[in-house]
Amino acid sequence: MADAHSPLAQFEIKTLMPLDLGGVDASFTNASLIMAVVVGLVTIFIVAGMNKATIVPGRFQGMVEFFYEFIANLLKENTGPKGKAFFPMVFSLFMFILGCNLIGLFGAITVTSHIVVTFALAFMVITVVTVVGFVKHGTHYFSYFAPAGAPMWLMPLMIPLEIISYLIRPISLSVRLFANMVAGHVMLGVLGTFVVGLGGLFFALGAIPLAAIPLIFALEVLVALLQAYVFAILTCIYLNDAIHLAH
Amino acid sequence: MELEAAKMIGAGIAALALGGAGIGLGTLFGSYMEGAFRNPEAQSKLKVNPMLAFALIEATGLFGFVIAMIILFG
Repeated sequence: MADAHSPLAQFEIKTLMPLDLGGVDASFTNASLIMAVVVGLVTIFIVAGMNKATIVPGRFQGMVEFFYEFIANLLKENTGPKGKAFFPMVFSLFMFILGCNLIGLFGAITVTSHIVVTFALAFMVITVVTVVGFVKHGTHYFSYFAPAGAPMWLMPLMIPLEIISYLIRPISLSVRLFANMVAGHVMLGVLGTFVVGLGGLFFALGAIPLAAIPLIFALEVLVALLQAYVFAILTCIYLNDAIHLAH
Repeated sequence: MELEAAKMIGAGIAALALGGAGIGLGTLFGSYMEGAFRNPEAQSKLKVNPMLAFALIEATGLFGFVIAMIILFG
């Protein structure tokens, strides 16, 4: 699967510092390194931007405030005023995923193309949503699975469907991000091998896939931004479901 | 039939899911264009939602890609 020319070789995880915690492989890998770098970069970006904060923001501060206001508005529109308490979580999630997606496009390993990372994030979101729901509404939260207004004879069908759709959320949330990232990077890798293969065959032929790479790359930058946005907005929508129990 | 050949055919069939995503994207952007041409003033307001829907629709097609990957390498 991971020979050097495979388009999947770029996702290979290499151990940098072996570490064994009681039989569990907790080695420091290149993926861990990139995650630490992303967290560091995001922290530096925000701290340096807000270092000499003024009432009229400069360029750098304006960039930081753009992201802040973007997520704050997203949360306000989708979750209402009660969602304000979850701003740090949604903001960190958005910045982390955005950073991982973008840094992956510029040569580093794409951390979000590993389902273990995206599933951990999605699982955390769903755990928070479920805990919030139970803390706010107690056992009344179970009525989430029985939609109000649906006729009684439909309940045996509705309740299992609602439970399945609730349990499938972490899977769809994580697989959406993971699949988008993998598909984009595999496409770029395949186009790269086309350039080499066709160029070796006849020099000018290699120019055709080479011309397509910048276009696909631009699409991938769009996808990287959109998927971070979609992850954040779905988190807001799930939080809204838990906070404002509709029935 | 050889197992390898069957796997390849199965992965190819799983790639058909992208066709559904294509239909969805066509409908989405077609409707967006229609709405934007009928009411040009609203065009700037209508820009964000199609992008969100684009990401959601594309993801459903990519679930098929994941299944193809599981068949090939899983």
